[in-house]
Amino acid sequence: MIRELGLNDIVYLLEASRWTVALALIAILAGGVLGLIVAVLRIVSFKPANWLAIGYINLIQGTPLLGQLFIFFFGLPLFGIQIGAWEAAALALSINASAFLGEIWRGSLQSVSPRQWEAGAALGLTYWQRLTSVILPQAVRISIAPTVGYLMQLVKDTSLTALIGFIELTRASQILSAATFKPLQVYGLAAIVYFVICFSLSRLSEHLEKRTHAAR
Amino acid sequence: MNYNFRFNALAPYTGEILRGISLTLQLTCLTMAIALVIGLFMALARMSDNRVLNVAARVYVEAIRNTPLLVQLFIVFFGLPSLGIRLDAYLAAVIGLSINVGAYASEILRAGIQSIRPSQVEAGRALGMTAGQTFRSVVLFPAVKAVYPALASQFVLLLLATSVVSSLGVGELFHQATFIDSRTYRSFESYALITVTYLVLTLGFRALFSLVYWLVFVRRPRA
Amino acid sequence: MPLVEITDIHKSFGKVDVLKNISLTVEKGEIVSVIGRSGSGKSTLLRCINGLERVQSGRIVVDGMEVTSPATNINALRERVGMVFQSYNLFPHLTVERNVTLALKKVRRMSNDAARDIARTMVAKVGLADKLGAYPDELSGGQQQRVAIARSLAMQPTMMLFDEITSALDPELVGEVLKVLEELAREGMTMMLVTHEMNFAKNVADRVVFMHQGNVHEDGPARDTLIEPRTPELRSFLSAVLH
Ligand SMILES: Nc1ncnc2c1ncn2[C@@H]1O[C@H](COP(=O)(O)OP(=O)(O)O)[C@@H](O)[C@H]1O
Ligand SMILES: [Mg+2]
Repeated sequence: MIRELGLNDIVYLLEASRWTVALALIAILAGGVLGLIVAVLRIVSFKPANWLAIGYINLIQGTPLLGQLFIFFFGLPLFGIQIGAWEAAALALSINASAFLGEIWRGSLQSVSPRQWEAGAALGLTYWQRLTSVILPQAVRISIAPTVGYLMQLVKDTSLTALIGFIELTRASQILSAATFKPLQVYGLAAIVYFVICFSLSRLSEHLEKRTHAAR
Repeated sequence: MNYNFRFNALAPYTGEILRGISLTLQLTCLTMAIALVIGLFMALARMSDNRVLNVAARVYVEAIRNTPLLVQLFIVFFGLPSLGIRLDAYLAAVIGLSINVGAYASEILRAGIQSIRPSQVEAGRALGMTAGQTFRSVVLFPAVKAVYPALASQFVLLLLATSVVSSLGVGELFHQATFIDSRTYRSFESYALITVTYLVLTLGFRALFSLVYWLVFVRRPRA
Repeated sequence: MPLVEITDIHKSFGKVDVLKNISLTVEKGEIVSVIGRSGSGKSTLLRCINGLERVQSGRIVVDGMEVTSPATNINALRERVGMVFQSYNLFPHLTVERNVTLALKKVRRMSNDAARDIARTMVAKVGLADKLGAYPDELSGGQQQRVAIARSLAMQPTMMLFDEITSALDPELVGEVLKVLEELAREGMTMMLVTHEMNFAKNVADRVVFMHQGNVHEDGPARDTLIEPRTPELRSFLSAVLH
């Protein structure tokens, strides 16, 4: 049955894109918490912790996200944990994000000039005060733009969850395309929705980049 | 947990895996080569004074960088036939991947070209070097050195990204996991094995790229 | 009792001996100018005095506190010894006012209002009352350096260490920073300053310490030492700086 693309088809895609956004947000939050741990393990002066973090980062960044998705999708049920595509998608993306965010945040922390530590020390601030009042506020400012930039990457990454059957924007487009036989229009529409989300995020990231007061 | 992992059930499929690796490497290298050509033209277009070229290159780069590869591939493979352009899966994969990576390559190359300083060319000429010598030692060598690390990591990202074209039915490495899974019903083992194979490949390429960098740019910095 | 008493200190980075058995005293109210070639150990000496660097042997006592003893609360010492760096090192994420109030609030546990009053006074003193709300990247190098001095002075230190604080400045901005130092000198602040401004050393400092290859090579009254150097090393150093 071939039919025209109607308004309710567009609404269907927009509704599905809520899951795209939700997945990206969950991954940046859960991945963010894990990523913080990764960043800390990566910089503490305890070699085994550094190695662990480096190994983890290499493992995640050296394998395809698609593989990670399938491993969680098929792997967890073997451990008696029954999960669907949604849980597998959220879990795999969060783990994936944690490696990337960990590296972004480590970079931000280490890009604060070591002279800032000294300046704090010379004023009599304790180590903890230097960290919390001088270094971290600057590291956070430096990290905001790349973190938002990475969020845009995550939005694009969520499209792969379509391949394990999670119905977000891309999977919804596949379904709609099969129903309407209008693949060019449907995927074109999906591309436009992704573009609007990602382009706004990259503009935001550039804007934030410009107004950062921090010493590198 | 009472599941028995049986990776040896996959042993009969070594041939498939090797064929998958071979196709993945072929796809990656071919795409990288085409993407570099696209990237170079787009970088030059971005820097040209011609407004039309300039805007066209900008639109291309922004359109690609702000949409997912998977959707781009679907447009090429499933969408273009409705315009009468019918491509087989492999060709669609090469075209889709090349257009995608071309956008990223153009940004890398643009930065590389902009890192060339005209004053150094003059200095080279003033030292009595020929135009060819000047080009090699003060233009090409530093520019290649500047873009090499980013291009090397782009290559590794591409190697991983080729897994996505399995969804078009191209028989590259990741597709072999689906195939082996369908034969053995060992889903987890199949995907885990293939994923680890990617890890070996990416670690291998990273090591190779570092070695080349060291040999070419570190060991003989004044070459 | 001298304010700073350095006895036989030795400092090395790995195999490099940077300070070799240096002994030195600074009296309260004295202004000591430390000069010497790049790499002779001037910065390291200053940094040892407020404990930014640890020495391998010897003793440093400042204002009755033994810097070199592990039992000493080094942060408490640093409250009393102000230090200003060549690269200003203001906190770029804070306004001028908050750069100055940060340590007052965190270290001295002052109220917001009390800290702000001190910040206003100190920033006005270096001539930047109108810049309280500015961020460091909105200021010139000379202005940033004056804020750095105000930030240090706000802690009411017993003495100040200045490490080439005008070296990163454009020549036309050096004067405004030296003026602040002269004002401090008039108020009787004890100061040790590494500087390449020989006129300043001659006219404002009481004493000159010439460092050479990790040793105090000459140490004497500023004018006499600079006008009539006793050693060929200081003579050649001076002729290199002055020409
Ligand atoms: N953190 C450090 N690690 C290793 N060597 C250092 C360090 N800081 C200074 N040095 C070395 O110590 C010597 C003296 O340095 P410094 O005190 O900065 O000299 P000056 O301030 O007189 O130019 C130099 O040879 C320098 O390279
Ligand atoms: Mg120095």
